[in-house]
Amino acid sequence: MSVASPSNPVVADAHIVAPRTIALAGNPNAGKTTLFNALTGMRQKVGNYPGVTVEKKEGRCRLGESEITILDLPGTYSLSPKSPDEEIARDVLLGLRADTAIPDAVVVVVDASNLERNLYLATQVLELGLPTIIALNMTDVAASNNKRVDAAQLSKELGAPVVEIIAVRGEGLEQLRDALAREIPRPQPPTIELPPQVEKARAHLAARLAEINVADANGIALRLLCGNAKYAGIQAYFGDAVARALTEAQAMSGVAAERLGASEAGARYAMLGAIVQRAVARPDEKSARTFSDRADAILTHKVWGLAIFALITLLVFQAIFSWASYPMDWIDLGVKAVGAFFARVLPDGPLADLLIHGVVAGVGAVLVFLPQIIVLFFFIGLLEDTGYMARAAFLMDRLMARVGLHGRAFIPLLSSFACAIPGIMATRTISNRRDRMTTILIAPLMTCSARLPVYTLMIATFIPNIYLGGILSLPATVMFSLYVMGVLAAMGAALVFKKTLFKGPPPPLMLELPPYKIPSPRNLFTTMWERASMFLKRAGTVILAISIVLWFLLSYPKIPINNAPDISPAAGMHRDPKGAKAGAEPIIEQPADEKEQSDADKIREDRLAAAQLDYSFGGRIGHVIEPLISPLGFNWKIGIGLIGAMSAREVFVATMGTVYSVGEADETSLSLKDALRNDKWPDGRPVWNTLVAVSLLVYFVFAMQCISTLAVVRRETGGWKWPIFMQVYMTALAWIASFAIYQIGSHFGWGLK
Amino acid sequence: MLRPYDSMQTLDTLEAGDRAEILEIGGEADTVERLMEMGVVAGTQIQVLKFAPLGDPLEIEIRGYHLSLRRTEAAEISVRKI
Repeated sequence: MSVASPSNPVVADAHIVAPRTIALAGNPNAGKTTLFNALTGMRQKVGNYPGVTVEKKEGRCRLGESEITILDLPGTYSLSPKSPDEEIARDVLLGLRADTAIPDAVVVVVDASNLERNLYLATQVLELGLPTIIALNMTDVAASNNKRVDAAQLSKELGAPVVEIIAVRGEGLEQLRDALAREIPRPQPPTIELPPQVEKARAHLAARLAEINVADANGIALRLLCGNAKYAGIQAYFGDAVARALTEAQAMSGVAAERLGASEAGARYAMLGAIVQRAVARPDEKSARTFSDRADAILTHKVWGLAIFALITLLVFQAIFSWASYPMDWIDLGVKAVGAFFARVLPDGPLADLLIHGVVAGVGAVLVFLPQIIVLFFFIGLLEDTGYMARAAFLMDRLMARVGLHGRAFIPLLSSFACAIPGIMATRTISNRRDRMTTILIAPLMTCSARLPVYTLMIATFIPNIYLGGILSLPATVMFSLYVMGVLAAMGAALVFKKTLFKGPPPPLMLELPPYKIPSPRNLFTTMWERASMFLKRAGTVILAISIVLWFLLSYPKIPINNAPDISPAAGMHRDPKGAKAGAEPIIEQPADEKEQSDADKIREDRLAAAQLDYSFGGRIGHVIEPLISPLGFNWKIGIGLIGAMSAREVFVATMGTVYSVGEADETSLSLKDALRNDKWPDGRPVWNTLVAVSLLVYFVFAMQCISTLAVVRRETGGWKWPIFMQVYMTALAWIASFAIYQIGSHFGWGLK
Repeated sequence: MLRPYDSMQTLDTLEAGDRAEILEIGGEADTVERLMEMGVVAGTQIQVLKFAPLGDPLEIEIRGYHLSLRRTEAAEISVRKI
């Protein structure tokens, strides 16, 4: 590994000025993130650029005695931005962002095996005039492809130091650190030959920029003229004179303003072609079939490619669905144990109640998502780093494009079958904002695993176990239909959103298929760690807070002791809804023996819990919303269940257990099934029948009932606007679908038994 | 600026394995610009490597790397088979 410097190979050690902030720029797939992780390790901070939903990644890097900040800019193919991420990269390098100081120096990561296209961005960065080092990455891959890059020659051509590195293996990092610790020279980039009129226009603008003492007027003029720069921003930053000069320059160029970028691209590739000829040994010779080519022959094969893809997705699905369930169970047990511990050591009372059922249960509600998030991001990291993710998008794009989505939406949507939270976090691989937002909005319509206990309870209790045509089990058919319904709704919603909210020409695919690579374990680990800690910090706190609020709503106010309801075992199951508050005289029977005693205690306890829930704010809300949900066939008890389900859908089952006084219940409890079947409306009609069960099932397919998902959407979209929209549209969809099913069903008398 | 060639056709009509030279890129300004930034510039030689199993998108080799485009995008790119 060597460091090549343009004019003075060894920079004088006279004054060593280490810059404080270094920006890392580079193409997607150039190994920028790997280098960032290798330089900063775990010392990273992930935030957001204010006002946009673009991630801001910073890390600390030790350079001998001192420490510098490394800012990882979003990956971009050019400094003529076409998305908010790319705009950030351009604006930071031009110093246009008020929240981010212009970096002291830049490291451009360049993929040696794909030199020409990577130099497109690199030369654009060099023209801005900031002290810049070129980190020539993947020199091993280039060499194995029979392309030897002459670093010294390249350094001379580019007018900037070039450091050869292999980021995945950590090679050349010492040399890079050394180069960073020295004073980095200002670049002397090669001259781009623009069409004469465009050149004249650039000179005009550059003259005006020089007047206001912009150091690298020529390069910056080109960036403003050909780089999709927004007029308002230029006016604000450079002043009226420059903004006027830009308009004049555009007119002088003889090219339509929106075609200036293309004109630059043509000129730049002409320049790069010549540079690559000189800096790469035998650049034109066709390299032999590489390992990647041979792997691709199988992995994107018409038959094998699809079969392997199906296997891999099945594996990912299996991992998040069933392997992650073991650690999830352990977390569940652990949380219960901690709760039990507090119950033992703390005196009964509101504080113990808050700690056990509010805080501990809330922390549990957050932690329980971690295994799925970690497992999914392990696979996503693996698929991304090996280069397979791009192939997955290549294989699936046709299907996804039918509903206006990008091929990359496939994995996030698939993950959402286990849980929408890791799925939504995984949409980061989709660079186009409209595509990404659409994918986020439809992800919760995929049937997540939290819906399963509700489906199981309803189907086992109310769907007759018969065989359609003697072959198809009706319960299985219903279960399958619920999954299909979710998928169809998601696809329909995607189509609608792409035609309304996120209208616009479909973004081009333009997907790079990078060579297959061995992933670096360190990178995988860092990705998992980063996602997990971000979930805990950003979404976890919101989930915890809302869990505590929900617990409060379902626990308070407490029934006054002297107002206790009739909770004797003799009292009927079908209390008048108001009975709980009316406060009948309690009749305590004397049991005959101990077994009866404990049974009676148990029943009394369950009834008390039911009465307490009914008396709580949540219970009252259940009563209040009854008129809203009775057209769907739901009574107030189901209403309470729906409120409880907001903490997580499966909580519905446990809440129903409490409402129906059967104590701790899960989807297989016989007592809960019986209690449901026996519940009556005040006029004596049974509350539950097959139709109500179907209506409720459909409600669960469509409704947004998960505060954790909302918290993650807020985190990913940078505000409450989209989570609120998601809640509203999904609730509306659920209500309308259940209303239609219940009303039409009642009209024709279907499933009323 | 470019005269129509007898052998001019669009990229999506090529078959896997065909080599061609790019003549002209049409379509929306942003898409043209991004294609050109990715190296899809008039005069560049490319090879169609394959079509995805479901028939779309296609994969080309250009400037030593692999790029995937949808047929609709490829239909805007005029090429001359070589």
